Amino acid sequence: MKKLALTLSALAISASAAMAQDVVRIATEGAYPPFNFINEAKELVGYEIDLGNELCLRAELKCEWIINDWDTIIPNLVGGNYDAIMAGMNATPSRAQVIMFSDPYKKPDPSAYVALAATNSDVMQSGVIAAQSNTVQSGMVADTSATLLEFPTPDETIAAVRNGTADAVLADKDFLLTYVNESGGELVILADVVTPGQGVSVGLRQSDQAMKAKFDTAIAAMKADGTLNDLLRKWFGNEVPVFEQ
Amino acid sequence: MFSFCVDPSTLSDWPWMACYLTTATHMAMYRSVLVVLALLALVAPLALGLGFMGALAVRSHSPLLSAPGKVYVSMVRGVPDIIFFLFVPLAIDQGLEYLLHNIRCPDWTEPVRKGNDFVVCAAAKLPLATSAPWVHSLYGFTLAVVAFALVFGAFAANTLHGAMAAVPRGQMETAESYGMSRGQAFRRIMLPQMWVYALPGLSNLWMILCKATPLLFLLGVQDLVYWARELGGQKTGLFAYPHPDWRVWYFLGVLIFYLLLTWGSQKVFDGLMRRLTRGQATAGGEAQRKAMA
Repeated sequence: MKKLALTLSALAISASAAMAQDVVRIATEGAYPPFNFINEAKELVGYEIDLGNELCLRAELKCEWIINDWDTIIPNLVGGNYDAIMAGMNATPSRAQVIMFSDPYKKPDPSAYVALAATNSDVMQSGVIAAQSNTVQSGMVADTSATLLEFPTPDETIAAVRNGTADAVLADKDFLLTYVNESGGELVILADVVTPGQGVSVGLRQSDQAMKAKFDTAIAAMKADGTLNDLLRKWFGNEVPVFEQ
Repeated sequence: MFSFCVDPSTLSDWPWMACYLTTATHMAMYRSVLVVLALLALVAPLALGLGFMGALAVRSHSPLLSAPGKVYVSMVRGVPDIIFFLFVPLAIDQGLEYLLHNIRCPDWTEPVRKGNDFVVCAAAKLPLATSAPWVHSLYGFTLAVVAFALVFGAFAANTLHGAMAAVPRGQMETAESYGMSRGQAFRRIMLPQMWVYALPGLSNLWMILCKATPLLFLLGVQDLVYWARELGGQKTGLFAYPHPDWRVWYFLGVLIFYLLLTWGSQKVFDGLMRRLTRGQATAGGEAQRKAMA
């Protein structure tokens, strides 16, 4: 134990010598294509990665990406393990009680129910609906009369529909679209639903006003010169709702 | 990996599979096996040491030693492992940061806890935000090792305490009649003989430790289970190697890995037991003696 403590403090000391520019650590899930995911080359890619890197460049911040489980992504932010979240997170009132959000960088995603082809749309009220835990959608399902079935990763919600554990999945439409389009007719969209919240935003600690100002300025600049819309179209296709310039 | 992997969409089945199984993410999965083995290699001796000290403390005649020993053993054994794994790293991390905060930033006037936020000054962060990513990984791994060692140390303490008590009293009396001190009798008579009584319990603990390593994933360490779930999930056309849900195959692989690990361990423990039993006044030792005769 003593040896461990020594190694730890030695590590801390050697690291403090290298302190130079402030580093902003941004957490993401790394499992939510096309928002953020790990490709085969083990690189973190996606809309939010491109966007985050550009925002940091404009705000003159040195940024580093952290991969963190979705379920603990908010607790680890308020616990100070990193400084920001960019993980397809909708700025909802209930989350805003715990953390603070920047201006949105993607308009509120419509959510969609996706099911196997020929599923009766009654299941939205009376069936079993899969959703990722701690998401806006899991809250939305809980408010209907349907049975909610939660999964820790978004990928598992779709697998649950495929193997019949759930009748349908409720999730961000932009996440579901790739799966539906590539399923060759196996999966269909049952219905679109309006997602509450102001849109996908950077999550920050409530005590971190300075960081919010930096991100808001950079996001506003990218909206104004159209680069944000270009990124949106690059990752979500031409039908994605864009910001007015 | 291979030169023909440049455009995976044009490949036929076998070359595709060869390329797929050697992508950077798959390599990371193979390396994560080493992470699991490293954890085992570090936790086992640490837990054994901690257990030994715990057992000595519990045996001690001084209440100053035996009370903390008993509290440690019964507290850890009485709390669900998963609670402990969630609590220990968090408590150590925030405790150390709070301590460093008070040492390095004495002029800081704002409170550390602001509403929901736990904010210490930049110089007190563990590891520092400026540290390389591997330092952050190592730190997380170290916290995991400490949590595992604390939990398994308590169980080992109980096993070892029982083993010490199982060494026949007559042996110790003989040692005393030869004029050995308490310490000498412990080192020369009890210590060499207690292991044969401890081994069944310790081998149980080792097996449970092996099977508890997927809890690493809970602590944010990218272990074998993390990669199996990540790589096994369906991959859409956004990926270079799209495939349907293959988790069942990945988890089957993980299952075989753990079976091989525990099967191999059992072989080692069987061999150890044979050696420790030799010449002992136990039923096993008696059977060995008869077989030799």
